[in-house]
Amino acid sequence: MKKTILLGALTVAGLAATSVSASTADDVRARGKLNCGVSTGLAGFAAPDANGVWQGFDVDMCRAVAAAVLGDATAVEFVPTTGQTRFTALASGEVDMLARNTTWTFSRDVDLKFEFAGTNYYDGQGFMVPKALGVTSAKDLDGATVCIQTGTTTELNLADFFRSNNISYEPVPIETNAEALQQYGAGACDAYTTDASGLAASRATFDNPGDHIVLPEIISKEPLAPLVRHGDNEWGDIVRWTLNAMITAEELGVTSANVAEMAAAPGDNPEINRLLGTEGELGAMLGLSSDWAVKVIAAGGNYGESFERNIGSSTPIGLARGLNALWTNGGLLYSPPFR
Amino acid sequence: MTISDNPPKDSFRLSQLLYDTRYRSMTIQVIAFILLMLSLSWLVSNTVQNLQALGKDFNFGFLSQPAGYDINQRIIDYDSQSSHGRAAIVGMLNTILVAFLGCAVATVIGVLVGVLRLSKNWVVSRLMAVYVEALRNVPLLLWIVVIFALMTEATPQPRDFREGGSASMLFGDTVAITNRGVFIPKPIWHDGSLILAAVFVLSLVGIWAFRRYARKRQEQTGDILPVLWISLGLFFVPTILFYFLLGRPVTLEYPELGGFNFQGGLQVRNSLIALWFALSIYTGAFIAEIVRAGILAVSKGQTEAAFALGLRPNRTMNLVILPQAMRVIIPPLISQYLNLTKNSSLAIAVGYMDVRATLGGITINQTGRELEGMLLLGLFYLTASLAISSVMNVYNNRMKLKER
Repeated sequence: MKKTILLGALTVAGLAATSVSASTADDVRARGKLNCGVSTGLAGFAAPDANGVWQGFDVDMCRAVAAAVLGDATAVEFVPTTGQTRFTALASGEVDMLARNTTWTFSRDVDLKFEFAGTNYYDGQGFMVPKALGVTSAKDLDGATVCIQTGTTTELNLADFFRSNNISYEPVPIETNAEALQQYGAGACDAYTTDASGLAASRATFDNPGDHIVLPEIISKEPLAPLVRHGDNEWGDIVRWTLNAMITAEELGVTSANVAEMAAAPGDNPEINRLLGTEGELGAMLGLSSDWAVKVIAAGGNYGESFERNIGSSTPIGLARGLNALWTNGGLLYSPPFR
Repeated sequence: MTISDNPPKDSFRLSQLLYDTRYRSMTIQVIAFILLMLSLSWLVSNTVQNLQALGKDFNFGFLSQPAGYDINQRIIDYDSQSSHGRAAIVGMLNTILVAFLGCAVATVIGVLVGVLRLSKNWVVSRLMAVYVEALRNVPLLLWIVVIFALMTEATPQPRDFREGGSASMLFGDTVAITNRGVFIPKPIWHDGSLILAAVFVLSLVGIWAFRRYARKRQEQTGDILPVLWISLGLFFVPTILFYFLLGRPVTLEYPELGGFNFQGGLQVRNSLIALWFALSIYTGAFIAEIVRAGILAVSKGQTEAAFALGLRPNRTMNLVILPQAMRVIIPPLISQYLNLTKNSSLAIAVGYMDVRATLGGITINQTGRELEGMLLLGLFYLTASLAISSVMNVYNNRMKLKER
């Protein structure tokens, strides 16, 4: 009997390790949208509105970058992240950037390998207590139960503050802002601590904001900044100069209302012309179109417009500009020149 | 018949690896082994490459760095200046605590419900069926959150306990149930309490020895000694006697309202209560089914034989049915204990600081050591599970049918 021999061919699959991706900007263009990590919901900074559209100060930052890179401020996929998941989401490439009231610290910048693209909100940690508690200073909080979002710098500041003032407290660690407010509302904790801007935003969502006070002590410096992965400097530059463009636009009086007009008819201020791309090659240096800043400002306005629309004194959150005013108005916002 | 003096030569051809059943299984195993090793080495090299691409190294030095955060429930001394390693140990102890409490209560609930579900009383057995089906078919996380929400929303705040407030303490001002936890009296150990503890342990040994003696005597002579009363006496009398003889070496510290919270006493936090209770009733429902299956596995002839000998139903259950049912019950019970231990990692949902929340949560977040932290976390759960199952296997070996 004729015997055929079949030899099965074993194909060893090529086990190439995941290739290091091309630049983040190319990935974003290829995908057609920006993946932006935001908080799980903080009124004024990042929260979906009644129609399910994300709105807020941090959300505007995401939209501005999308406008600069893709020319479309709506081409953003918002990825809600908690204090615990945000860094893993960014490091693993799940999001292209984080705009999530994240404090710029040495160890995050250096040890966690992230790149902070400039402060977009100068904040500090504060305490909120019910008025009925009769507390007027954070130093009166000896023995109090304090609700805190876990995985944040506020957790460390809180420990330092109580230890250095030699008073005791009971921490109640909580995963998200919403759960913390629920616990605080039920009286399961005497005080809630987070960044002062977050406290103001949360207080505005209460039924009776007047029943709660934010204590005068600010116990830390919290420069909140958008951040990207370490190592892709071109992408870091895009995010950084998008923020700078918004700040510079406010300084130069370029608003969402007049930007189209200013770009169409170049005036005699050379810095405005360079910003809006009617003079020089700044856009091409970033690998963007020459009118990238026009799109940014047309989409969400300049820094001041975004601030006033989302968290400013006319909104329920009612934050004053304070440290976040332009340097020309006594604040800390100071963009390097567009040159 | 002739005997062949030169048997067919055993020649080996390559095709035999595939077509000869003697070799085929070996071939498949070798190929599977190679593939497994390749995928493992790919996983490792991929990890190494990606760590390099991120510019991260792999070391456990962070465990000796100061943690910087506080933990509310700590069984050993800990403050924010202690190391990340110590924070991890605090978390591990909290995990072990809730797992131990949960296993104990789940077993009690499971045995009770399992037995009652077989009751001849229609209402009782239906009620137990409803309990089992409702509990085990709703995700555990929901039960944890529901119980936690009830504990925070339905209980009074500490300030309601002030003069003229709406709430008051229970049991002669010794226990306070608040929305931050239950405050109970805490024992304070003074000089001589060690002797008292020794007396208590000795009386436990005494009870064990007496019961052994009583059983032997019953087997030999048929006399039944009043075991229960003598055991109870041994349990209480020497300890109470020495308590007064030594001049009350153990006192209780009662919780008192002071400042924002109750001070003194022992605070059983709501997070612990919610997690403990939810784990107990959830796992208890599964254990109830295991117990029921175990009892049903014992043939009805055993019950009938016991009744024929004149044993009452109660004794039939305790002396005839349950010991035999245990052999069926214990192996799946072990796996329920393991499940409960691993499920305790849902603790972060209610802010209970277990090892997942300290080492696997805050430490990882503050130090950026995801890989190291997760490996340690996995190692801890693996060790804990193996320890539980080895202890339970010793028990299983003692209970199982001895085959000679």
